[in-house]
Amino acid sequence: MAELRLIDAINRALHEEMERDERVLVLGEDVGRKGGVFGATEGLYDRFGGERVIDTPLAESSIVGVAVGMAANGLLPVAEIQFADFIFPAMNQIVSEAARMRYRSNGAFGCPLVIRAPYGGGVHGALYHSQSVEAFFAHVPGLKVVVPYHPADAKGLLKASIRDPDPVLFFEHKKLYRMVRGEVPEGDYTVPLGRAVVRREGKDLSVFAYGLMLHEALAAAEEVAKEGIDAEVVDLRTLRPLDKETVLSSVRKTNRALIVYEDNGFLGYGAELAAIIAEEAFFDLDAPIMRVTGPEVPAVPYSPPLEHWFMPDSRRIAEAMRRLAQY
Amino acid sequence: MPVEVKLPQLGESVYEGTIGRWLKRPGEWVEQYEPLVEVITDKVNVEMPSPWKGRLVQILVEEGRTVPAGTPIALMEVEEGAPQVAPAPEVAGEPSPARPREEARVRLSPLVRRLAAEHGIPEEELTRIPGTGEGGRVTKEDLLRYIEGRRPAPPAPEPRAVEARPAEGDTLVRLSPIRRTIAERMAQSKREIPHAYGIVEVDMTEIVRWREAHKEEWLAREGVNITYTAFIVRAAAEALRAFPIVNSTWTEEGVLLRRSIHIGVGVAIEEGLIVPVIKNAEEKSLLGIARELAELTRKAREGKLTLEEVQGGTFTVTNPGVFGSLLSMPIIVPGQAAILAVDAIVKRPVVRGEAIAIRDMMHLGLSFDHRIFDGAVAVQFLNHIKAKLEGFRADAAAVSSF
Repeated sequence: MAELRLIDAINRALHEEMERDERVLVLGEDVGRKGGVFGATEGLYDRFGGERVIDTPLAESSIVGVAVGMAANGLLPVAEIQFADFIFPAMNQIVSEAARMRYRSNGAFGCPLVIRAPYGGGVHGALYHSQSVEAFFAHVPGLKVVVPYHPADAKGLLKASIRDPDPVLFFEHKKLYRMVRGEVPEGDYTVPLGRAVVRREGKDLSVFAYGLMLHEALAAAEEVAKEGIDAEVVDLRTLRPLDKETVLSSVRKTNRALIVYEDNGFLGYGAELAAIIAEEAFFDLDAPIMRVTGPEVPAVPYSPPLEHWFMPDSRRIAEAMRRLAQY
Repeated sequence: MPVEVKLPQLGESVYEGTIGRWLKRPGEWVEQYEPLVEVITDKVNVEMPSPWKGRLVQILVEEGRTVPAGTPIALMEVEEGAPQVAPAPEVAGEPSPARPREEARVRLSPLVRRLAAEHGIPEEELTRIPGTGEGGRVTKEDLLRYIEGRRPAPPAPEPRAVEARPAEGDTLVRLSPIRRTIAERMAQSKREIPHAYGIVEVDMTEIVRWREAHKEEWLAREGVNITYTAFIVRAAAEALRAFPIVNSTWTEEGVLLRRSIHIGVGVAIEEGLIVPVIKNAEEKSLLGIARELAELTRKAREGKLTLEEVQGGTFTVTNPGVFGSLLSMPIIVPGQAAILAVDAIVKRPVVRGEAIAIRDMMHLGLSFDHRIFDGAVAVQFLNHIKAKLEGFRADAAAVSSF
C-alpha cells in the first residue's frame, strides 16, 4: 500500500477507471494538456488521448450540458469544474436536466455523470476561489453529493461515483489536496456511496463534519482529549444520500451533537443534519445541538485576517466541544 | 375513541398508589369530577375524581394492586369533542396553591427526562440530584451516577415471608388495602433504616396538675380538649428547630435537611393506624396545635382526612401511652429521620433532693435513623423536649407562653 496525497488518489482513480472502461472520459477547462490547474488529471491526456480527455472552452454550462448529452448516450463522463465557485452557470444543466433525467423518463434513462469540483477556503483564494457550494446541490433529489477526506476514500468514492448510474457531484477540498496523506490500497476497489465512517471513537460528544472541517475536527478532538473530553468524530463522506444510521447511532451513544461546516451557517448542510437529529433522536439528546460554521457574509474574504475570521478551525471547534461537554 | 385514565401524582413524595375500590363498573356513565376509584397512599383513602365525562370502558388495574403514578388504570369513552388530554385531575388534598411553580419546574434535557422515566424517578426526586452541568443542570452523567448510587450494592437475598400452613380451624383474614400499605411501609423501614433508640424520663407533674385543674374550663372556653399530646407536639416542634438534623431525610447524595417542620401524629382507627400531619408545627401555639389535633383526630375516625392532611410529614409523634405502654420503640416512617414515642404517664416514687416524692412520670422514646445522626444528638434532642415539658409553670401565662 502506498501513502498518497488526496490529489494523487484522485488522479489514480481517474487513470484506473479510464483504463478499466473506455466509456469513461474526462472534460473540463485545462484538464487535457495542462493536466488540470491542480494536477488532478495529470497524465491522462498523454495516456488516453484528446478524444477521451477534452479541453473545453470557459463555459461551465456547456461543459455540463455536453456531459449530460454524453451520459444520455451511453458514455461515462467525468466533468471538471475548475473551481466550485464557477459551477453556477451550469446550475440549470445540473438541477433541471441531470438530476431529473431518471424521474422524468420514468426510470428509462439515467444520467451517469460525475462533476468534480475543488471547493473551500483557507487557501487565500478570495471571493471566486474559496466557496462551499455543497448545500445547493445536496438540496436536490436526484443528485448525489460526495466530499472525501481520506485519500483512500477519495479513490474508492470517485470510482463508485463513476460507476453510479446517476449524477454525482464530487467536491474536493483544495486545501486538502496536498495536505492530507494516507494509505491508499493498490488496484481496484470502491467505497460505497451513502456510508459515513467514524474516524475517531469517543463517548462524550459526537462531531459531524466533512472535507477540511473533518481534518480540523480531528485536530480539535485530540486537543480536548488532553482535558478529558472524549469526542467521537464522524466523517460524513457522502452528503446525499446521508447515512442517517451512522449519524443517529453516534448521537444515541454520546447524546451530544456538534456539527461543523465551512459554508455559511444559515441553511447550510448541517442545518438539515441538525433537523434530522432533533426529529429522530430527540429523546437521546442531553444538550442542544450545536454548530460551528462560516459566518453570515456572502463569500470568503481575501484579506488574511478576514479569511482567518471566516474559516472555522480546530481552535474554534475545540471551544465548541468544551461548551457542549460542559453543558 | 377511548382515552386512558392515569393514576395521578398524588403528592410530592408519593410515587405510587394502591387501587382501593372501583366506584364505577365498566359500562357505567361517569360525570366529570365524579368519584371514580378509591386510591390508597400514605395510609389514607382518597377518592379520585373522574378527569372526564364519559363512559367507563375498561378497568386496567384491579383492586388491591399498587402501581406507580402515571400508570393507566382505566379506559374511558369520552364525548366527541372532549379534550383528549385532560388536565391532571385535582385530587382532593393535592397541595396545589402553596407549591411555588418555579421551584417545582426543572429544566431537563430530553434524554434525562427519558432516562428518569425509564428508571421510575419522578421529577420531584430529580430536583434533589446535584447537577454538574451549566447552571446546575442535571446531566446524563449526574443522573446515571445517581441511579447507580441508589441501587442497593449487593443483590440482597429477597426477604421471604414465613410460610404459614393453615391448621384445622384457622381463619385467614385478607389484608385490607390499608393493612397492606402499613405492612409494606413498616417492612421497608425496618429493611432500609438502621434503627437506634434513646429513652428519657420526664416529670409531667406540673402539666398534669394544671391540666386536671383547668381542662373543664379550657374546654368550655376554647371548645377543645387540651391533651398531653398537644404539649408534646409543641415541645417537639421547638426541639426540631433546635436540632434540624432530626428533621431530615436520608438520601444517597447526603442528608436533606427539611426547612419546614411538619409533625405527623399517629391516630388509631378501626382499620389500623393513620397519621395526620400538623403542618408548620413550629409556628403554632399550644392552643392552635390542640385545635388542629382535635380536628384531625375527628376526621381520622370519620374517615374524612384528605390526602394533604396525611402527607408531607417530616417527623412523627406516636402515642402508645394512651393504651398504657410504658416503653415503646416505634418504627420510623420511611423518608423521615426519627419518630417520638410518648408513653403512659404513671405515678411513681422518685427521688427529689433527699426525699422520695410521688410524681407523674412518663417515658419519651426516640427511634432514629443511625445513618443520619448518633445517640448523643438523639438524647440531647430528647432532653430539649424534657426541659420544655418540665419547665412548665402553672401561672396565668402558663399556656400562652408554653
